[in-house]
Amino acid sequence: MHPKRQKLWQDVAIWQDDFEKRLIDLIGERKLSVKNVVSIEDLSLEDIELIFDCTNLFKEFIVKPDRKINLLKGMSQINFFFESSTRTRVSFELAGKNLSIDTINVSGSGSTMQKKKESLNDVVRTLDSMHANIIILRHARAGSPAMIADQIKAPVISAGDGWHEHPTQALLDIYTMQAKKGAMERQKVVIVGDVKHSRVAGSLIRGLNMFGVEPRIAGPPTLMPHGLEKVFKCKVYHNLEKAIKDVDIVYALRIQLERAAGADIPSVREYSKCFCITPDRLALAKQDAIVMHPGPINREIDLRTEVMEGPQSVVEEQVENGFALRLALLYLLLGGERR
Amino acid sequence: MTKLLIRGGRVIDPANKVDKKMDVLVENGKIAKLAESIKEKADETIEAKGHIVTPGLIDMHVHLREPGREDKETIATASRAAAAGGFTTIVGMPNTTPDADNQTVIEFVLSRARKEAVVNVLPVGAITKKREGHELAEIGELKKTGAVAVSDDGADIQDANVMRKALEYCTMWDMPVLSHSEDVRLAAKGVMHEGLVSTELGLPGKPAAAEEVMIAREIILSKLADCPIHFCHVSTVGSVDLIRLAKEQGAKVTGETCPHYFSLTDEAVRGYDPNAKVNPPLRGKEHLEAVKQGLKDGTIGVIASDHAPHTRVEKFYEFEYCENGMVGLETTLPLVLTNLVGKKVLSLEDAIAKMTINPAKILHLEKGTLGEGKDADITIIDLNAEETVDPDKFESKGRNTPFAGMKLKGKAIYTIVGGKVVFKNGKF
Repeated sequence: MHPKRQKLWQDVAIWQDDFEKRLIDLIGERKLSVKNVVSIEDLSLEDIELIFDCTNLFKEFIVKPDRKINLLKGMSQINFFFESSTRTRVSFELAGKNLSIDTINVSGSGSTMQKKKESLNDVVRTLDSMHANIIILRHARAGSPAMIADQIKAPVISAGDGWHEHPTQALLDIYTMQAKKGAMERQKVVIVGDVKHSRVAGSLIRGLNMFGVEPRIAGPPTLMPHGLEKVFKCKVYHNLEKAIKDVDIVYALRIQLERAAGADIPSVREYSKCFCITPDRLALAKQDAIVMHPGPINREIDLRTEVMEGPQSVVEEQVENGFALRLALLYLLLGGERR
Repeated sequence: MTKLLIRGGRVIDPANKVDKKMDVLVENGKIAKLAESIKEKADETIEAKGHIVTPGLIDMHVHLREPGREDKETIATASRAAAAGGFTTIVGMPNTTPDADNQTVIEFVLSRARKEAVVNVLPVGAITKKREGHELAEIGELKKTGAVAVSDDGADIQDANVMRKALEYCTMWDMPVLSHSEDVRLAAKGVMHEGLVSTELGLPGKPAAAEEVMIAREIILSKLADCPIHFCHVSTVGSVDLIRLAKEQGAKVTGETCPHYFSLTDEAVRGYDPNAKVNPPLRGKEHLEAVKQGLKDGTIGVIASDHAPHTRVEKFYEFEYCENGMVGLETTLPLVLTNLVGKKVLSLEDAIAKMTINPAKILHLEKGTLGEGKDADITIIDLNAEETVDPDKFESKGRNTPFAGMKLKGKAIYTIVGGKVVFKNGKF
């Protein structure tokens, strides 16, 4: 082997060894109180603290030149995605691969479920029989991750179920908020858009409530779920200018472009006139407010490009943090047996 | 000439305002005599001391599944479940495969029932062909063949003009019309009650209004057509209010509810329990209270099971994909006795009326009473028997119940159909 290359290998081995030691030291005796993550409410605040601590460390990891680390070699991870997904699926897959897990992607379309009408429970039992170590499920119907978690031995992480929850998204969002703004309890947050059909909002509102934050919610009444203020601690506004005033964090959701067809809004045009985060509206928030979005973004509809690409936007950091957080979560859920 | 003597029970026959300790003599399948003490020698004597003797219970809302889905239930198994639950007459809805929109299916159900059923089985025909809500079924022929009512159960008629015509046409045949009452567009893609729990679970909800706007429409159309209408499985505050008002105004309307609407709320759906999925959906607490109030003040005159058996796999999918419905033949009476009579919502007499004479009147059946000369359909009830609901012990093929494990007090100990004891102390 070329001496230069050998040196590089040794360097990698050294930092990776060092990283693993630091990780083990950081975690200490702590471990997650749950086997599955199907709702953010399954997690205790201690669990979330542990995940965030590890995420901090994995943020160092993700900028290293050689990120294939032998932490979970030989394990298998099934990414079971029944709905299209780019960032969440790639993030989970890359995280698994970086930890040396064998990752397998199964999509709903073209699967035996769709073609042969096999039930989801039967499919996951089959995967369980192959001793898959973890299943990541994205599904259009609420409650599916909890349902399969009851059927199988392997842990399940929800990557989003129907209109219900998307717990890892809320974790990465709150992680990002804390990283940018400090302690959560002092933050004023506004969530803008289609809360009714949003699993991102479903987990985020729950997560914020867990941290003592009562978010403001802005959007048209047709996109608000029934009795939202009674179910969660939050306040609903139909006027974005009022809702955004003096907030620390502006969180815009994605509007599905087909909502007009279901009479939820008259048109995307009218929606964006009322609820797009424009520079003028952002100016009503605190001067140092940050702007977030779970992606994918409808430019000029959810956010104006100036805002999205402006200094207050943390959209790209959300994605980066999400990657680090999923590394941390996979390690915490699967690494325990190794340690 | 066979004689059956039921001795010493407390006879409750709401139609004849009877509630006292009496003996009942049955001869050749008919009620021969009721008296405080009957000395006649009988072929068979039942000692009913300490128990309640009532007219055979009538369940006017059952899904028999046969023809077509014999994997879910058959006329034979449904009839056994009925007998085990104290029902002597069950009324089968037309959403079979094929639909009961023609005389052949009605004839089939009646013929199968004659051969295999242990209780009386009466079919309901469809209002429209294939229950599609467009063209009227041959309602006259359905009536002549033996259908006791018409309904487009499960697929309510959305077109008001078709409903108007159906009601008008039914007046010619004196045919009872049963309304399922759901505006399907307003119900949209809802899979549970739209309320706080649906928001929490992230499941699409259907508002109470989806039922209520249809009930309002049907009341108006019933007046227009001057035709009586019966509302199946009433489940909301607004529905109860509308029916009460209509009755006060003299409209020819009657209401029915099911045990799940006075026993459970949408809280039962938590955990995405497919056995709690039913249509109309389990509602919020205020609706449950309104249903109880409607039962109490007589707005709701009928209690029926809406027995809807499914195979296990049909409740083994994602919640949104699971079938609607729960079995009820074997839990209805215990739930009525425990949750209504036991909790003093209804007197025993009122509760029995809602499962005997009231449905009989709506369907023009010569049943539901112990009057002399009537069919000797009799149920004997032990009010003190406590039992935990165990789906594995059901006679029904369906196991889909949200009541599993629940301890209930009171059940049928004898089911007598046409003078013949078909079910006795838990055995056939």
